Amino acid sequence: MPKEIDRDGLRRMVEAGAQLVEVLPAEEYAEDHLPGAISLPLRHVDGEGAKMLDKTRPLIVYCWDIA
Amino acid sequence: MSPRAAWRLESLGFSNVYDYTVGKLDWLAAGLPTEGTNANRPRAGALARKDVPTCRLEERLSVVRDRVRSQGWEAAVVVNEERVVFGLLRAKELAGDGDQLISDAMRPGPSTFRPYVLAEEMAHSMVDHKLESSPITTSDGRLVGLLLQKDVVDAVRKSA
Repeated sequence: MPKEIDRDGLRRMVEAGAQLVEVLPAEEYAEDHLPGAISLPLRHVDGEGAKMLDKTRPLIVYCWDIA
Repeated sequence: MSPRAAWRLESLGFSNVYDYTVGKLDWLAAGLPTEGTNANRPRAGALARKDVPTCRLEERLSVVRDRVRSQGWEAAVVVNEERVVFGLLRAKELAGDGDQLISDAMRPGPSTFRPYVLAEEMAHSMVDHKLESSPITTSDGRLVGLLLQKDVVDAVRKSA
């Protein structure tokens, strides 16, 4: 089950080597994204898209907000 | 959106998945840096005057007015001890009866904006709504600074 994480937790995990993934559309990613994040829009979260990610490292996903 | 992505990634064999549920909005609202085409465009938080005078609800208007004017200002933000914004004193409110308490003299519950709003959006909004100044606050209501319409209009003109 995915675990919720807050801003401080995110910063600590990214410093420790976690991957950060924005799942918003690519245009929104292009305008603004968290430092070091990679773009994997929700539509592309599948077996093909997952190839760009490392299964051995923790992964943090985010979008705009809770909605 | 991110919960679905997180669950889907687990189904694809990722065993250590976290969801930053409050997302990019939370990050931007905290005034933290971003990367991307908007990263170097001027935003409300950077343009806001951090040296705006502040005062408390229980102070007397005459005392606050003297202090504010001696600092060369015609505006002050009413905050509590945590810097949470309660009200605004613009030129009109500052010119009121000096015996009043700030809680009676202030304009309560002013519209506030978040630090990440781009200068262009702020300029449109402030001109359209005839706002000479707007407090910029974090998402938990704490004062970042006071944004003056003339500062944001100048910034947009310069970056055009």
